Amino acid sequence: MTAQTAGVHRSRKWVYIPLTMMALFYLLPMFVMLNTGFKSFEEVSLATMWELPSALSLDNFTAAWEILSPNVWNSLKIVIPAATISSILGSINGYVLSKWKFPGANIVFPVLLFGMFIPYQSILIPLVDVMSRIGLAGSIWGLVLVHVIYGIPITTLIFRNYYAAVPDSLIEAATVDGAGIWQVYWRVLLPLSIPAFVVVYIWQFTSAWNDFLFAVLLTSTQNWPVTVALNNMAGSQIIAWNVQMAGSFLAAVPTLLIYIFLGRYFLRGMMTGALKE
Amino acid sequence: MQTERETPADIPVPKRKRFRMENWWGVLWVLPSLLAVMVFVYGFIIWTARVSVSAWKGLTPDYTYVGAENFVNLASDRRFHIDITNTAIFTVVFVLGCLLIGLGLALLLDKGIRMEGFYRSLFLFPMAISFIVTGVVWRWLMNPAQGDRLSGLNLLFDNLGLDFLINRWYATPTWGIAAVAIGAVWQMSGYTMALYLAGLRAVPEALREAARVDGASEFQVYRSVIMPLLWPVTLSAVIILGHSSLKVFDLIIAMVGKQVALDVPAIYMWTTTFDGFFFGRGAAIGMVLLVSVAVLVIPYLWYSLRQDSDG
Repeated sequence: MTAQTAGVHRSRKWVYIPLTMMALFYLLPMFVMLNTGFKSFEEVSLATMWELPSALSLDNFTAAWEILSPNVWNSLKIVIPAATISSILGSINGYVLSKWKFPGANIVFPVLLFGMFIPYQSILIPLVDVMSRIGLAGSIWGLVLVHVIYGIPITTLIFRNYYAAVPDSLIEAATVDGAGIWQVYWRVLLPLSIPAFVVVYIWQFTSAWNDFLFAVLLTSTQNWPVTVALNNMAGSQIIAWNVQMAGSFLAAVPTLLIYIFLGRYFLRGMMTGALKE
Repeated sequence: MQTERETPADIPVPKRKRFRMENWWGVLWVLPSLLAVMVFVYGFIIWTARVSVSAWKGLTPDYTYVGAENFVNLASDRRFHIDITNTAIFTVVFVLGCLLIGLGLALLLDKGIRMEGFYRSLFLFPMAISFIVTGVVWRWLMNPAQGDRLSGLNLLFDNLGLDFLINRWYATPTWGIAAVAIGAVWQMSGYTMALYLAGLRAVPEALREAARVDGASEFQVYRSVIMPLLWPVTLSAVIILGHSSLKVFDLIIAMVGKQVALDVPAIYMWTTTFDGFFFGRGAAIGMVLLVSVAVLVIPYLWYSLRQDSDG
Protein backbone atom coordinates (compact mmCIF):
# COMPACT_ATOMS: atom_id res chain seq x y z
CA MET A 1 0.00 0.00 0.00
CA THR A 2 2.67 2.52 0.99
CA ALA A 3 4.86 1.50 -1.90
CA GLN A 4 1.94 2.00 -4.25
CA THR A 5 1.13 5.40 -2.78
CA ALA A 6 4.72 6.43 -3.20
CA GLY A 7 4.50 5.41 -6.84
CA VAL A 8 1.44 7.56 -7.24
CA HIS A 9 3.37 10.48 -5.80
CA ARG A 10 5.95 10.24 -8.51
CA SER A 11 3.66 9.70 -11.48
CA ARG A 12 0.97 12.25 -10.60
CA LYS A 13 2.89 15.48 -10.37
CA TRP A 14 0.46 17.20 -12.75
CA VAL A 15 -2.32 17.13 -10.16
CA TYR A 16 -0.57 19.96 -8.36
CA ILE A 17 -1.22 22.32 -11.26
CA PRO A 18 -5.03 22.36 -11.01
CA LEU A 19 -4.84 22.09 -7.23
CA THR A 20 -2.63 25.16 -6.99
CA MET A 21 -4.81 27.09 -9.40
CA MET A 22 -7.87 26.31 -7.34
CA ALA A 23 -5.99 27.19 -4.16
CA LEU A 24 -5.34 30.62 -5.67
CA PHE A 25 -9.03 30.99 -6.48
CA TYR A 26 -9.97 30.23 -2.87
CA LEU A 27 -7.33 32.55 -1.49
CA LEU A 28 -8.12 35.46 -3.79
CA PRO A 29 -10.72 37.17 -1.57
CA MET A 30 -8.49 36.61 1.46
CA PHE A 31 -5.58 38.17 -0.35
CA VAL A 32 -7.61 41.21 -1.33
CA MET A 33 -8.92 41.69 2.21
CA LEU A 34 -5.48 41.51 3.79
CA ASN A 35 -3.54 43.25 1.04
CA THR A 36 -5.91 46.20 1.11
CA GLY A 37 -6.24 46.11 4.87
CA PHE A 38 -2.52 46.52 5.43
CA LYS A 39 -2.07 49.50 3.12
CA SER A 40 -1.91 53.02 4.48
CA PHE A 41 -4.75 55.39 3.62
CA GLU A 42 -2.50 57.28 1.17
CA GLU A 43 -1.56 54.16 -0.69
CA VAL A 44 -5.04 52.75 -1.16
CA SER A 45 -6.66 53.09 -4.55
CA LEU A 46 -8.84 50.83 -6.65
CA ALA A 47 -6.40 51.12 -9.55
CA THR A 48 -3.53 49.65 -7.51
CA MET A 49 -5.65 47.03 -5.81
CA TRP A 50 -3.36 44.16 -6.84
CA GLU A 51 -0.10 45.83 -5.85
CA LEU A 52 1.46 44.88 -2.55
CA PRO A 53 1.65 47.52 0.21
CA SER A 54 5.02 49.32 0.35
CA ALA A 55 4.90 49.22 4.15
CA LEU A 56 2.56 47.51 6.56
CA SER A 57 0.06 49.88 8.08
CA LEU A 58 -2.79 49.21 10.46
CA ASP A 59 -4.79 52.33 9.50
CA ASN A 60 -7.64 50.40 7.94
CA PHE A 61 -7.91 47.84 10.70
CA THR A 62 -7.91 50.57 13.33
CA ALA A 63 -10.59 52.51 11.49
CA ALA A 64 -12.72 49.40 10.97
CA TRP A 65 -12.30 48.30 14.57
CA GLU A 66 -13.45 51.71 15.80
CA ILE A 67 -16.69 51.30 13.90
CA LEU A 68 -17.27 47.60 14.44
CA SER A 69 -15.99 46.89 17.95
CA PRO A 70 -19.33 47.46 19.75
CA ASN A 71 -20.91 45.07 17.25
CA VAL A 72 -18.23 42.47 17.75
CA TRP A 73 -19.07 42.52 21.46
CA ASN A 74 -22.78 42.27 20.65
CA SER A 75 -22.06 39.26 18.48
CA LEU A 76 -20.18 37.59 21.33
CA LYS A 77 -23.00 38.40 23.76
CA ILE A 78 -25.44 36.70 21.39
CA VAL A 79 -23.34 33.81 20.21
CA ILE A 80 -21.83 32.51 23.46
CA PRO A 81 -25.11 32.02 25.36
CA ALA A 82 -26.84 30.77 22.20
CA ALA A 83 -24.17 28.13 21.54
CA THR A 84 -24.04 27.11 25.20
CA ILE A 85 -27.78 26.67 25.67
CA SER A 86 -28.11 24.98 22.27
CA SER A 87 -25.45 22.44 23.15
CA ILE A 88 -27.14 21.53 26.43
CA LEU A 89 -30.58 21.18 24.87
CA GLY A 90 -29.23 19.25 21.90
CA SER A 91 -27.41 16.85 24.17
CA ILE A 92 -30.52 16.12 26.23
CA ASN A 93 -32.72 15.70 23.16
CA GLY A 94 -30.19 13.53 21.38
CA TYR A 95 -29.80 11.36 24.45
CA VAL A 96 -33.51 10.76 24.88
CA LEU A 97 -34.18 10.24 21.18
CA SER A 98 -31.39 7.71 20.79
CA LYS A 99 -31.45 5.83 24.09
CA TRP A 100 -34.89 6.20 25.64
CA LYS A 101 -37.12 5.92 22.65
CA PHE A 102 -40.59 6.74 23.81
CA PRO A 103 -43.68 5.75 21.82
CA GLY A 104 -43.76 7.94 18.75
CA ALA A 105 -40.07 8.92 18.90
CA ASN A 106 -39.64 7.74 15.31
CA ILE A 107 -42.21 10.27 14.17
CA VAL A 108 -40.98 13.07 16.40
CA PHE A 109 -37.46 12.98 15.02
CA PRO A 110 -38.16 13.72 11.32
CA VAL A 111 -40.75 16.30 12.36
CA LEU A 112 -38.02 18.00 14.37
CA LEU A 113 -35.46 17.69 11.59
CA PHE A 114 -37.59 19.37 8.96
CA GLY A 115 -37.27 22.56 11.00
CA MET A 116 -33.62 22.71 9.96
CA PHE A 117 -34.43 23.09 6.26
CA ILE A 118 -37.33 25.52 6.22
CA PRO A 119 -36.83 28.88 4.53
CA TYR A 120 -37.16 31.32 7.41
CA GLN A 121 -39.23 33.63 5.21
CA SER A 122 -42.10 31.29 6.01
CA ILE A 123 -41.99 32.09 9.73
CA LEU A 124 -40.69 35.66 9.91
CA ILE A 125 -44.05 37.43 10.12
CA PRO A 126 -45.29 35.51 13.17
CA LEU A 127 -41.80 35.61 14.68
CA VAL A 128 -41.64 39.40 14.70
CA ASP A 129 -45.16 39.54 16.10
CA VAL A 130 -44.44 37.11 18.95
CA MET A 131 -41.07 38.61 19.79
CA SER A 132 -42.53 42.06 20.20
CA ARG A 133 -45.45 40.70 22.23
CA ILE A 134 -43.14 38.99 24.69
CA GLY A 135 -40.99 42.11 24.82
CA LEU A 136 -37.86 40.60 23.26
CA ALA A 137 -37.90 42.37 19.90
CA GLY A 138 -34.79 44.45 19.39
CA SER A 139 -32.88 42.85 22.25
CA ILE A 140 -29.88 40.57 22.42
CA TRP A 141 -31.79 37.96 24.38
CA GLY A 142 -34.48 37.78 21.74
CA LEU A 143 -31.88 36.82 19.18
CA VAL A 144 -30.34 34.29 21.58
CA LEU A 145 -33.76 32.67 21.98
CA VAL A 146 -34.25 32.50 18.22
CA HIS A 147 -30.87 30.91 17.61
CA VAL A 148 -31.50 28.38 20.34
CA ILE A 149 -34.94 27.41 19.04
CA TYR A 150 -34.04 27.18 15.36
CA GLY A 151 -30.85 25.37 16.34
CA ILE A 152 -32.74 22.56 18.07
CA PRO A 153 -33.03 20.34 14.95
CA ILE A 154 -29.33 20.33 14.02
CA THR A 155 -28.01 20.10 17.57
CA THR A 156 -30.40 17.24 18.34
CA LEU A 157 -29.35 15.46 15.16
CA ILE A 158 -25.63 15.69 15.88
CA PHE A 159 -26.01 14.43 19.45
CA ARG A 160 -28.47 11.71 18.48
CA ASN A 161 -26.04 10.32 15.90
CA TYR A 162 -23.21 10.53 18.37
CA TYR A 163 -25.08 8.79 21.17
CA ALA A 164 -26.44 6.14 18.80
CA ALA A 165 -22.86 4.89 18.52
CA VAL A 166 -22.57 4.43 22.30
CA PRO A 167 -23.25 0.74 23.01
CA ASP A 168 -26.61 0.09 24.67
CA SER A 169 -24.89 -2.38 26.97
CA LEU A 170 -23.20 0.51 28.79
CA ILE A 171 -26.57 1.97 29.61
CA GLU A 172 -28.02 -1.37 30.44
CA ALA A 173 -25.23 -1.99 32.92
CA ALA A 174 -25.91 1.34 34.57
CA THR A 175 -29.66 0.72 34.79
CA VAL A 176 -29.03 -2.69 36.33
CA ASP A 177 -27.05 -0.85 38.98
CA GLY A 178 -30.19 1.16 39.66
CA ALA A 179 -29.37 4.35 37.73
CA GLY A 180 -32.37 6.27 36.40
CA ILE A 181 -32.58 8.23 33.20
CA TRP A 182 -30.87 11.25 34.75
CA GLN A 183 -28.03 9.31 36.41
CA VAL A 184 -27.34 7.40 33.19
CA TYR A 185 -27.02 10.69 31.37
CA TRP A 186 -24.92 12.37 34.02
CA ARG A 187 -22.60 9.49 34.85
CA VAL A 188 -22.36 7.51 31.61
CA LEU A 189 -23.21 9.64 28.57
CA LEU A 190 -22.08 13.11 29.54
CA PRO A 191 -18.45 12.19 30.27
CA LEU A 192 -18.30 10.58 26.81
CA SER A 193 -19.85 13.54 25.04
CA ILE A 194 -17.04 16.08 24.87
CA PRO A 195 -16.32 15.62 21.15
CA ALA A 196 -20.02 16.00 20.33
CA PHE A 197 -20.19 19.11 22.48
CA VAL A 198 -17.27 20.57 20.58
CA VAL A 199 -18.93 19.83 17.23
CA VAL A 200 -22.24 21.33 18.27
CA TYR A 201 -20.74 24.32 20.03
CA ILE A 202 -18.66 25.18 16.99
CA TRP A 203 -21.59 24.67 14.68
CA GLN A 204 -23.89 26.93 16.65
CA PHE A 205 -21.18 29.48 17.31
CA THR A 206 -20.42 29.73 13.60
CA SER A 207 -23.98 29.85 12.36
CA ALA A 208 -25.07 32.38 14.98
CA TRP A 209 -21.98 34.50 14.33
CA ASN A 210 -22.61 34.42 10.60
CA ASP A 211 -26.36 34.97 10.83
CA PHE A 212 -27.76 38.03 9.15
CA LEU A 213 -31.45 37.40 8.45
CA PHE A 214 -32.65 37.04 12.06
CA ALA A 215 -30.30 39.72 13.33
CA VAL A 216 -31.32 42.40 10.88
CA LEU A 217 -34.97 41.76 11.65
CA LEU A 218 -34.81 41.30 15.40
CA THR A 219 -32.17 43.64 16.78
CA SER A 220 -32.26 47.39 17.23
CA THR A 221 -29.31 49.48 16.04
CA GLN A 222 -27.39 49.45 19.31
CA ASN A 223 -27.68 45.66 19.54
CA TRP A 224 -26.62 44.90 15.97
CA PRO A 225 -24.19 42.00 15.66
CA VAL A 226 -21.16 42.41 13.44
CA THR A 227 -22.74 41.00 10.26
CA VAL A 228 -25.49 43.62 10.24
CA ALA A 229 -23.05 46.42 11.05
CA LEU A 230 -20.66 45.25 8.33
CA ASN A 231 -23.41 45.12 5.75
CA ASN A 232 -24.49 48.56 6.77
CA MET A 233 -20.91 49.80 6.51
CA ALA A 234 -20.57 48.27 3.04
CA GLY A 235 -23.76 49.94 1.88
CA SER A 236 -22.71 53.38 3.03
CA GLN A 237 -21.09 55.83 0.66
CA ILE A 238 -19.03 57.44 3.43
CA ILE A 239 -16.87 54.53 4.49
CA ALA A 240 -14.07 53.78 2.07
CA TRP A 241 -13.78 50.34 0.50
CA ASN A 242 -10.40 49.71 2.10
CA VAL A 243 -11.95 50.07 5.55
CA GLN A 244 -14.72 47.74 4.42
CA MET A 245 -12.11 45.15 3.48
CA ALA A 246 -10.42 45.42 6.86
CA GLY A 247 -13.84 45.24 8.55
CA SER A 248 -14.75 42.13 6.58
CA PHE A 249 -11.58 40.49 7.78
CA LEU A 250 -12.27 41.45 11.40
CA ALA A 251 -15.79 40.02 11.12
CA ALA A 252 -14.37 36.77 9.76
CA VAL A 253 -11.56 36.33 12.30
CA PRO A 254 -13.40 34.51 15.12
CA THR A 255 -14.92 31.82 12.92
CA LEU A 256 -11.71 31.51 10.90
CA LEU A 257 -9.74 30.91 14.08
CA ILE A 258 -12.19 28.23 15.11
CA TYR A 259 -11.87 26.69 11.70
CA ILE A 260 -8.08 26.74 11.79
CA PHE A 261 -7.82 25.17 15.21
CA LEU A 262 -10.87 22.93 15.29
CA GLY A 263 -11.56 22.32 11.60
CA ARG A 264 -12.01 18.60 12.08
CA TYR A 265 -14.99 19.13 14.36
CA PHE A 266 -16.38 21.80 12.09
CA LEU A 267 -16.35 19.41 9.16
CA ARG A 268 -18.11 16.75 11.19
CA GLY A 269 -20.94 19.17 11.93
CA MET A 270 -21.25 20.02 8.25
CA MET A 271 -21.46 16.39 7.26
CA THR A 272 -24.18 15.72 9.80
CA GLY A 273 -26.02 18.75 8.46
CA ALA A 274 -26.27 16.96 5.12
CA LEU A 275 -27.56 13.91 7.01
CA LYS A 276 -24.24 12.20 6.24
CA GLU A 277 -22.04 10.63 8.84
CA MET B 1 -44.68 -4.95 27.16
CA GLN B 2 -45.69 -1.89 25.23
CA THR B 3 -42.23 -1.27 23.82
CA GLU B 4 -42.44 -3.39 20.69
CA ARG B 5 -45.47 -1.61 19.32
CA GLU B 6 -43.92 1.79 18.80
CA THR B 7 -41.64 0.92 15.90
CA PRO B 8 -43.05 0.33 12.42
CA ALA B 9 -42.99 -3.35 11.69
CA ASP B 10 -40.96 -3.05 8.51
CA ILE B 11 -37.93 -1.48 10.17
CA PRO B 12 -35.85 -4.04 12.01
CA VAL B 13 -34.81 -2.54 15.31
CA PRO B 14 -32.76 -4.31 17.94
CA LYS B 15 -34.94 -5.47 20.81
CA ARG B 16 -35.16 -2.95 23.56
CA LYS B 17 -37.20 -4.42 26.34
CA ARG B 18 -35.56 -2.85 29.31
CA PHE B 19 -36.96 0.61 29.83
CA ARG B 20 -40.62 0.19 30.63
CA MET B 21 -42.28 3.00 32.56
CA GLU B 22 -39.13 5.03 32.30
CA ASN B 23 -39.73 5.57 28.59
CA TRP B 24 -42.25 8.20 29.45
CA TRP B 25 -39.72 10.20 31.44
CA GLY B 26 -37.89 10.72 28.18
CA VAL B 27 -40.86 12.62 26.80
CA LEU B 28 -40.68 15.08 29.68
CA TRP B 29 -37.02 15.75 28.93
CA VAL B 30 -37.57 16.61 25.31
CA LEU B 31 -40.88 18.35 25.86
CA PRO B 32 -39.52 21.92 26.07
CA SER B 33 -37.67 21.53 22.77
CA LEU B 34 -40.60 19.80 21.14
CA LEU B 35 -43.00 22.50 22.19
CA ALA B 36 -40.64 25.23 21.02
CA VAL B 37 -40.31 23.62 17.58
CA MET B 38 -44.03 22.92 17.35
CA VAL B 39 -44.78 26.59 18.04
CA PHE B 40 -41.87 28.35 16.30
CA VAL B 41 -41.76 26.11 13.23
CA TYR B 42 -45.12 24.46 12.65
CA GLY B 43 -47.34 26.93 14.47
CA PHE B 44 -45.67 29.82 12.70
CA ILE B 45 -45.98 28.13 9.32
CA ILE B 46 -49.72 27.72 9.85
CA TRP B 47 -49.89 31.34 10.96
CA THR B 48 -48.02 32.48 7.84
CA ALA B 49 -50.33 30.35 5.72
CA ARG B 50 -53.27 32.17 7.31
CA VAL B 51 -51.67 35.57 6.57
CA SER B 52 -51.04 34.48 2.97
CA VAL B 53 -54.80 34.19 2.36
CA SER B 54 -55.58 37.49 4.10
CA ALA B 55 -55.94 41.04 2.87
CA TRP B 56 -53.34 42.30 5.37
CA LYS B 57 -51.43 45.32 4.10
CA GLY B 58 -50.31 48.18 6.26
CA LEU B 59 -49.25 48.19 9.88
CA THR B 60 -52.47 46.90 11.47
CA PRO B 61 -53.10 43.18 11.07
CA ASP B 62 -56.08 42.44 8.85
CA TYR B 63 -57.12 38.81 8.62
CA THR B 64 -59.99 39.30 6.16
CA TYR B 65 -60.04 36.13 4.08
CA VAL B 66 -59.32 36.74 0.40
CA GLY B 67 -58.76 33.19 -0.80
CA ALA B 68 -55.90 32.67 -3.23
CA GLU B 69 -55.80 36.32 -4.30
CA ASN B 70 -52.23 36.95 -3.11
CA PHE B 71 -51.00 33.88 -4.97
CA VAL B 72 -52.90 34.76 -8.12
CA ASN B 73 -51.41 38.25 -8.03
CA LEU B 74 -47.92 36.80 -7.66
CA ALA B 75 -48.47 34.66 -10.74
CA SER B 76 -48.89 37.81 -12.84
CA ASP B 77 -46.38 39.93 -10.91
CA ARG B 78 -43.50 41.03 -13.19
CA ARG B 79 -41.12 41.31 -10.27
CA PHE B 80 -41.92 37.77 -9.17
CA HIS B 81 -41.21 36.59 -12.72
CA ILE B 82 -37.77 38.22 -12.52
CA ASP B 83 -37.31 36.45 -9.17
CA ILE B 84 -38.08 33.07 -10.66
CA THR B 85 -35.75 33.60 -13.63
CA ASN B 86 -33.01 34.77 -11.29
CA THR B 87 -33.49 31.82 -8.95
CA ALA B 88 -33.35 29.45 -11.91
CA ILE B 89 -30.10 30.99 -13.25
CA PHE B 90 -28.59 31.16 -9.78
CA THR B 91 -29.49 27.56 -9.01
CA VAL B 92 -28.06 26.20 -12.25
CA VAL B 93 -24.77 28.10 -11.99
CA PHE B 94 -24.42 27.48 -8.28
CA VAL B 95 -25.31 23.79 -8.20
CA LEU B 96 -23.42 22.87 -11.38
CA GLY B 97 -20.42 24.98 -10.35
CA CYS B 98 -20.25 23.36 -6.93
CA LEU B 99 -20.72 19.84 -8.29
CA LEU B 100 -18.07 20.18 -11.00
CA ILE B 101 -15.48 21.92 -8.84
CA GLY B 102 -16.32 19.76 -5.83
CA LEU B 103 -16.04 16.51 -7.76
CA GLY B 104 -12.93 17.66 -9.60
CA LEU B 105 -11.13 18.62 -6.40
CA ALA B 106 -12.19 15.44 -4.64
CA LEU B 107 -10.87 13.30 -7.51
CA LEU B 108 -7.56 15.18 -7.45
CA LEU B 109 -7.22 14.90 -3.69
CA ASP B 110 -8.11 11.23 -3.77
CA LYS B 111 -4.97 10.52 -5.78
CA GLY B 112 -3.00 10.25 -2.56
CA ILE B 113 -1.10 13.49 -2.86
CA ARG B 114 1.25 15.17 -0.46
CA MET B 115 -0.25 17.88 1.77
CA GLU B 116 -3.74 16.61 1.15
CA GLY B 117 -4.87 17.96 4.52
CA PHE B 118 -3.54 21.40 3.68
CA TYR B 119 -5.39 21.60 0.37
CA ARG B 120 -8.55 20.19 1.89
CA SER B 121 -8.56 22.80 4.64
CA LEU B 122 -7.87 25.54 2.13
CA PHE B 123 -10.78 24.57 -0.09
CA LEU B 124 -13.11 24.33 2.88
CA PHE B 125 -12.33 27.47 4.83
CA PRO B 126 -14.88 29.70 3.03
CA MET B 127 -17.58 27.62 4.71
CA ALA B 128 -16.59 29.17 8.02
CA ILE B 129 -17.14 32.70 6.77
CA SER B 130 -20.37 34.63 6.74
CA PHE B 131 -22.14 35.26 3.43
CA ILE B 132 -22.03 38.93 4.38
CA VAL B 133 -18.22 38.95 4.40
CA THR B 134 -18.15 36.99 1.15
CA GLY B 135 -20.61 39.40 -0.40
CA VAL B 136 -18.72 42.52 0.64
CA VAL B 137 -15.42 41.23 -0.73
CA TRP B 138 -16.82 39.87 -3.99
CA ARG B 139 -18.70 43.11 -4.54
CA TRP B 140 -15.30 44.79 -4.95
CA LEU B 141 -13.71 41.91 -6.81
CA MET B 142 -16.54 42.00 -9.33
CA ASN B 143 -16.65 45.75 -9.65
CA PRO B 144 -18.36 46.29 -13.02
CA ALA B 145 -16.72 49.66 -13.81
CA GLN B 146 -15.13 49.75 -17.27
CA GLY B 147 -12.54 51.83 -19.09
CA ASP B 148 -9.96 53.64 -16.97
CA ARG B 149 -11.96 52.89 -13.80
CA LEU B 150 -11.27 49.19 -14.16
CA SER B 151 -10.75 47.44 -10.81
CA GLY B 152 -11.03 44.11 -9.07
CA LEU B 153 -10.95 40.99 -11.22
CA ASN B 154 -11.38 43.03 -14.40
CA LEU B 155 -8.19 44.91 -13.57
CA LEU B 156 -6.44 41.63 -12.80
CA PHE B 157 -7.53 40.22 -16.16
CA ASP B 158 -6.29 43.39 -17.82
CA ASN B 159 -2.90 43.14 -16.09
CA LEU B 160 -2.57 39.49 -17.08
CA GLY B 161 -3.47 40.20 -20.69
CA LEU B 162 -6.74 38.29 -20.43
CA ASP B 163 -8.80 41.21 -21.68
CA PHE B 164 -11.43 38.98 -23.28
CA LEU B 165 -12.50 37.95 -19.77
CA ILE B 166 -13.34 41.50 -18.73
CA ASN B 167 -17.06 41.78 -18.19
CA ARG B 168 -19.69 43.70 -16.27
CA TRP B 169 -20.26 40.93 -13.70
CA TYR B 170 -23.41 41.54 -11.68
CA ALA B 171 -24.25 44.57 -13.78
CA THR B 172 -24.77 42.33 -16.83
CA PRO B 173 -28.42 42.47 -17.95
CA THR B 174 -30.41 39.27 -17.25
CA TRP B 175 -27.33 37.18 -16.35
CA GLY B 176 -26.02 39.41 -13.55
CA ILE B 177 -27.25 36.96 -10.95
CA ALA B 178 -24.80 34.39 -12.32
CA ALA B 179 -21.96 36.58 -11.03
CA VAL B 180 -23.49 36.47 -7.57
CA ALA B 181 -23.67 32.69 -7.92
CA ILE B 182 -19.88 32.63 -8.49
CA GLY B 183 -19.45 34.08 -5.02
CA ALA B 184 -21.71 31.35 -3.69
CA VAL B 185 -19.70 28.70 -5.55
CA TRP B 186 -16.56 30.06 -3.93
CA GLN B 187 -18.19 29.58 -0.57
CA MET B 188 -19.82 26.17 -0.99
CA SER B 189 -17.75 24.20 -3.52
CA GLY B 190 -15.31 23.10 -0.82
CA TYR B 191 -18.20 21.63 1.08
CA THR B 192 -19.27 19.71 -2.02
CA MET B 193 -15.68 18.49 -2.31
CA ALA B 194 -15.86 17.20 1.27
CA LEU B 195 -19.06 15.30 0.50
CA TYR B 196 -17.50 13.72 -2.60
CA LEU B 197 -14.25 12.95 -0.83
CA ALA B 198 -16.14 11.10 1.90
CA GLY B 199 -17.98 9.21 -0.84
CA LEU B 200 -14.74 8.33 -2.64
CA ARG B 201 -13.11 7.14 0.54
CA ALA B 202 -16.04 4.82 1.09
CA VAL B 203 -15.35 2.99 -2.19
CA PRO B 204 -13.54 -0.19 -1.17
CA GLU B 205 -10.02 -0.39 -2.58
CA ALA B 206 -10.71 -4.04 -3.44
CA LEU B 207 -13.34 -2.94 -5.92
CA ARG B 208 -10.92 -0.69 -7.80
CA GLU B 209 -8.27 -3.37 -7.63
CA ALA B 210 -10.63 -5.98 -9.06
CA ALA B 211 -11.47 -3.70 -11.99
CA ARG B 212 -7.76 -3.08 -12.66
CA VAL B 213 -7.06 -6.80 -12.56
CA ASP B 214 -9.80 -7.23 -15.16
CA GLY B 215 -7.79 -4.90 -17.37
CA ALA B 216 -9.75 -1.69 -16.89
CA SER B 217 -7.80 1.50 -17.53
CA GLU B 218 -7.69 4.12 -14.80
CA PHE B 219 -10.32 6.14 -16.69
CA GLN B 220 -12.60 3.10 -16.99
CA VAL B 221 -12.23 2.44 -13.28
CA TYR B 222 -13.55 5.93 -12.63
CA ARG B 223 -16.31 5.81 -15.20
CA SER B 224 -17.65 2.33 -14.56
CA VAL B 225 -16.80 1.61 -10.94
CA ILE B 226 -16.45 4.81 -8.98
CA MET B 227 -18.86 7.25 -10.61
CA PRO B 228 -21.92 4.99 -10.28
CA LEU B 229 -21.12 4.62 -6.58
CA LEU B 230 -21.04 8.40 -6.20
CA TRP B 231 -24.63 8.91 -7.35
CA PRO B 232 -26.04 9.02 -3.82
CA VAL B 233 -23.48 11.72 -2.93
CA THR B 234 -24.47 13.72 -5.99
CA LEU B 235 -28.11 13.41 -5.02
CA SER B 236 -27.44 14.68 -1.47
CA ALA B 237 -25.31 17.51 -2.78
CA VAL B 238 -27.95 18.57 -5.31
CA ILE B 239 -30.61 18.65 -2.61
CA ILE B 240 -28.52 20.47 -0.01
CA LEU B 241 -27.20 23.01 -2.54
CA GLY B 242 -30.47 23.31 -4.42
CA HIS B 243 -32.48 24.03 -1.32
CA SER B 244 -30.00 26.61 -0.13
CA SER B 245 -30.08 28.37 -3.49
CA LEU B 246 -33.84 28.76 -3.06
CA LYS B 247 -33.17 30.49 0.26
CA VAL B 248 -30.28 32.73 -0.80
CA PHE B 249 -30.62 36.15 0.81
CA ASP B 250 -27.57 37.46 2.75
CA LEU B 251 -25.10 37.02 -0.07
CA ILE B 252 -27.15 39.05 -2.55
CA ILE B 253 -27.91 41.77 -0.01
CA ALA B 254 -24.22 42.19 0.82
CA MET B 255 -23.00 41.95 -2.76
CA VAL B 256 -25.48 44.06 -4.69
CA GLY B 257 -28.08 45.32 -2.21
CA LYS B 258 -31.78 45.26 -3.02
CA GLN B 259 -32.04 45.75 -6.78
CA VAL B 260 -35.05 44.57 -8.75
CA ALA B 261 -32.78 43.26 -11.53
CA LEU B 262 -31.03 40.98 -9.03
CA ASP B 263 -34.07 40.16 -6.93
CA VAL B 264 -34.96 36.71 -5.62
CA PRO B 265 -38.08 35.52 -3.75
CA ALA B 266 -36.41 35.64 -0.33
CA ILE B 267 -35.55 39.32 -0.84
CA TYR B 268 -38.89 40.18 -2.40
CA MET B 269 -40.61 38.64 0.62
CA TRP B 270 -38.46 40.77 2.88
CA THR B 271 -38.90 44.09 1.14
CA THR B 272 -42.61 43.73 0.42
CA THR B 273 -43.32 42.71 4.02
CA PHE B 274 -40.99 44.73 6.18
CA ASP B 275 -40.35 47.74 3.95
CA GLY B 276 -43.68 47.90 2.11
CA PHE B 277 -46.01 46.32 4.72
CA PHE B 278 -47.74 44.07 2.17
CA PHE B 279 -48.01 41.29 4.72
CA GLY B 280 -50.44 39.16 2.70
CA ARG B 281 -48.16 39.14 -0.33
CA GLY B 282 -45.04 38.58 1.78
CA ALA B 283 -46.63 35.59 3.48
CA ALA B 284 -47.65 34.19 0.09
CA ILE B 285 -44.04 34.37 -1.12
CA GLY B 286 -42.94 32.72 2.12
CA MET B 287 -45.36 29.87 1.48
CA VAL B 288 -44.20 29.44 -2.12
CA LEU B 289 -40.62 29.20 -0.86
CA LEU B 290 -41.59 26.73 1.84
CA VAL B 291 -43.41 24.45 -0.59
CA SER B 292 -40.50 24.52 -3.06
CA VAL B 293 -38.05 23.58 -0.32
CA ALA B 294 -40.38 20.92 1.08
CA VAL B 295 -40.72 19.24 -2.33
CA LEU B 296 -36.94 18.81 -2.40
CA VAL B 297 -36.26 18.07 1.23
CA ILE B 298 -39.10 15.85 2.47
CA PRO B 299 -38.36 12.92 0.10
CA TYR B 300 -34.68 13.30 0.99
CA LEU B 301 -35.38 13.25 4.73
CA TRP B 302 -37.63 10.25 4.32
CA TYR B 303 -35.01 8.43 2.27
CA SER B 304 -32.07 9.29 4.57
CA LEU B 305 -33.86 8.35 7.76
CA ARG B 306 -35.10 5.08 6.32
CA GLN B 307 -31.57 4.16 5.37
CA ASP B 308 -30.52 5.21 8.82
CA SER B 309 -32.85 2.80 10.56
CA ASP B 310 -32.21 0.02 8.04
CA GLY B 311 -28.48 0.14 8.47
